[in-house]
Amino acid sequence: MEAEAKAARKQMIADVLAEYPAKTAKKRGKHLNVFEEGNTDCGVKSNIKSIPGVMTVRGCAYAGAKGVVWGPIKDVVHISHGPVGCGQYSWGQRRNYVSGAVMGVNSWVAMQVTSDFQEKDIVFGGDKKLVKVIDEIEAMFPLNKGISVMSECPVGLIGDDIEAVAKKKSKEIGKFIAPVRCEGFRGVSQSLGHHIANDVMRDYMIDPAAGKEEPGFESTPYDILIVGDYNIGGDAWASRILLEEMGLRVIGQWSGDASVAEVERAPKVKLNLIHCYRSMNYICRHMEEKYAVPWFEFNFFGPTRIARSLRAIAEHFDDKIKEGAEQVIAKYAPLAEAVVAKYRPRLEGKKVMLYVGGLRPRHVADAYADLGMEVTATGYEFAHADDYQRTTKYVKDGTVVYDDASEFELERIAQALKPDLVGSGIKEKYGTQKLGFPFRQMHSWDYSGPYHGYDGFAVFARDMDLAINNPVWRMSKAPWKAA
Amino acid sequence: MPQSAEQIKDHATLFCEPEYIELFARKHALENRAAPEEVERQAEYTKSWEYRDKNLKREALTINPAKACQPLGAVFAAVGFERTLAFNHGSQGCTAYFRSHLARHFKEPCAGVSTSMTEDAAVFGGMQNLVDGLSNAYTVYKPDMIAISTTCIAEVIGDDLTAFIDKARKDGVVPADFPLPQAHTPSFVGSHVTGYDAMVKGVLSYLWEGQARQADDRINIIPGFDGYAVGNNRELKRILGEFGVDFTLISDVSDVFDTPTDGVYRMFDGGTPIAAAKAAINAKATVAMQKYCSEKSLELAASVGQETAAFHYPLGLGATDEFLMKLSAITGKPIPESLEKERGRLVDALADSSAWLHGKSYSVFGDPDFVYGMTRFLLEMGAEPVHLLATNGGKEWEGEMKALLAASPYGTRAQIWPGKDLWAMRSLLATEPSDFVIGSSFGKYFERDLGIPLIRLTFPIFDRHHHHRFPTWGYQGSLRVLVTILDKILDVLDLQTAKTGISYDLVR
Repeated sequence: MEAEAKAARKQMIADVLAEYPAKTAKKRGKHLNVFEEGNTDCGVKSNIKSIPGVMTVRGCAYAGAKGVVWGPIKDVVHISHGPVGCGQYSWGQRRNYVSGAVMGVNSWVAMQVTSDFQEKDIVFGGDKKLVKVIDEIEAMFPLNKGISVMSECPVGLIGDDIEAVAKKKSKEIGKFIAPVRCEGFRGVSQSLGHHIANDVMRDYMIDPAAGKEEPGFESTPYDILIVGDYNIGGDAWASRILLEEMGLRVIGQWSGDASVAEVERAPKVKLNLIHCYRSMNYICRHMEEKYAVPWFEFNFFGPTRIARSLRAIAEHFDDKIKEGAEQVIAKYAPLAEAVVAKYRPRLEGKKVMLYVGGLRPRHVADAYADLGMEVTATGYEFAHADDYQRTTKYVKDGTVVYDDASEFELERIAQALKPDLVGSGIKEKYGTQKLGFPFRQMHSWDYSGPYHGYDGFAVFARDMDLAINNPVWRMSKAPWKAA
Repeated sequence: MPQSAEQIKDHATLFCEPEYIELFARKHALENRAAPEEVERQAEYTKSWEYRDKNLKREALTINPAKACQPLGAVFAAVGFERTLAFNHGSQGCTAYFRSHLARHFKEPCAGVSTSMTEDAAVFGGMQNLVDGLSNAYTVYKPDMIAISTTCIAEVIGDDLTAFIDKARKDGVVPADFPLPQAHTPSFVGSHVTGYDAMVKGVLSYLWEGQARQADDRINIIPGFDGYAVGNNRELKRILGEFGVDFTLISDVSDVFDTPTDGVYRMFDGGTPIAAAKAAINAKATVAMQKYCSEKSLELAASVGQETAAFHYPLGLGATDEFLMKLSAITGKPIPESLEKERGRLVDALADSSAWLHGKSYSVFGDPDFVYGMTRFLLEMGAEPVHLLATNGGKEWEGEMKALLAASPYGTRAQIWPGKDLWAMRSLLATEPSDFVIGSSFGKYFERDLGIPLIRLTFPIFDRHHHHRFPTWGYQGSLRVLVTILDKILDVLDLQTAKTGISYDLVR
């Protein structure tokens, strides 16, 4: 990017910061930057406490642990332990699809199970209630394969010992009960909730089950896990189909459409394939250390990255798999070409502004590039330094990068950059559209999907086109108003 | 190949393709699943009387409740005042949830900030968070009022809001006279309806503090927490305009949750002017459209010497009649002829459609006032209520419901379920079904699991758009409720009869 254009972008950031109180401007200044090609990071601070009162987009540890990592495991009953709200607002909102499940019988993903704390539970403690809740779950949902206790704020403040309750009741019912200490005040965002959730998965499911015989299960040299795919709109299935077609055997998906069996047999796997690095890298590192299972980060957004990922994954295996990868790429090439041929002319040169979570602020960049589009600004709600390092491999010189952006910053930056499309979340959607910018929710795929894999790329391309090229964006000005 | 560029299949159809059906089979073989017969047996068992008995006996476990928590109601009430910023003292995740919950229903942005309390604030208290939060919010968003509510953490650790606010004023982060009303709204007390009440009371008591009341002829109306607020508040204003009554809506979200797409993002729009809310102390009377959303606020109004009245979400003929007669009694103004004509049109519509409406059975769930109002209208149609459930309804509500049902010959079948959740309702409907269910989007699982069609008429409606833009109150609103119900009855009938073609009639 020209030095002048870059300077203008820096000035834009300075203008935004000027509207904050001095103390806040100083703090926020460290989270906003214009990317310089060749740098090994994006020049922004991350994973730091949000500033009170500025309307951060972030959520909390509970949202990361229950909403993201644990909630999609389908044959486990997840208790939102504490008052009613947290479970109510996260009920059925992430579109983690499940297959072959009967809700309330052998799957509880799209349900809100809560201990609904009342004042007396705060005063006298909630442990006794939790005991009863577990007994009643067993009576209502006997086919569950385990229970998770997702702690909400009060639990950690009133000194409840959910670990003791879990231990005692687990023995009694003969299933695991995982106490997840994901109170909303822990950490600075959803991110610590992911980490805590990974640790509990390790301590209550994977490690205790390691070495356990699994009758009828025979390992093969091609056994892999898909890690960090939450199957939003069926993403994990659209990924799995490619991995299976190249000759691999997917013995587990975490945690979209996951079952307990798929988590417990994890140490038997040959390779962990991780999609959302931020939310599940911890468990991959653990399995690498303890069970010597290697892990590999892949990207199944858009044909360029898919092909590159398929070949890189195949490198971990023998020639049969390498050939398989080539066959898959060849098989889907006509589809990818047809999708690009159809949509690229309609999307060429369009600029995208992103603000999302775990992996998408970088992972989708080349899928847009496949369609002739360019990411002009991007950022993360809850990334760490290593995410911003990875981002440098995706973004171009001069890209605006923001960390933990406030609604105010996003609005100002959008007005300055005038992107053709904004991709962010439900809280950002409607205000952005009112400003006149086409918008896609890039957490939930705006109730669409899948976006992963070749099948998903077609949906992705269609959706970007229908967002940007809908006639409504030319209607906002009344004809009697002068241009 | 399941996908093609010409005919792109998304989640709705892609996974019905044979390639994915085979993929599921391979996956399921690795899931150590319960045997299909066992799943089938349990699925049937959940629909049995035995399961129902167990289900209704639950004491500790709540499954699929039809209620949200207090601060959601507080945020909703706060944004109904002009240029008022909803401000939650507590963890930031709560605020993210309130904003997304309301955005999903209204398809509108919902502004709100938090003090982002984290572990250190939990230990040392959230004073600095509150002071910094006010400083930032005031500077960046330039509101005319900041309405402070609390979430669990602040309440559990016992933060002293009043002292913190004093500190913020002393530090000069907001002007000395800047309005900062507060409400204590922990999620472990009440529900969104009591949180709404707490915030309305918080705002009024703050603005009325130290004022001597000089009674005038105005009427205050508190709409209550209402997913149809956009349509209903406007309808209310129209009705009051017909009447020629001077009124103040206390918390009016109808504009802020219905801003135009014209190139401008209005974080604030419309709402009760702060000066009007302040002057509302002088009103002759305060009327609550939803009793359970306004108990504390009405006490406040009564304590300053105002007349008070409360309704239960006035749907239908009799409830609207009573509302209008009450307005007439308070103001001394006659009920305008224009409204009397509207009444006649509603009766006309009820008469025209009565044959289709009569004798149909319904179960209703939602907030206590909604369930009451809806049930009352159903009885007026000659319909038979079956299960009437409010997770956030209590003994008093139960008593009122009993009296309502006892007064109608169509109320004999009905059972009232205060405090029960929607998993209990599933058992009730499985064992003693009704023809239709009336409630929120959460009722769609009844439709799938039990085949009972859902009529969406209350908050939250996530999976249909724009219902909230149309009123459900008054004669006009009732007409729309009537049409919504009737459309469902006739759609279902068409669907049923389409199979044979017999009775698939052009005229109904």
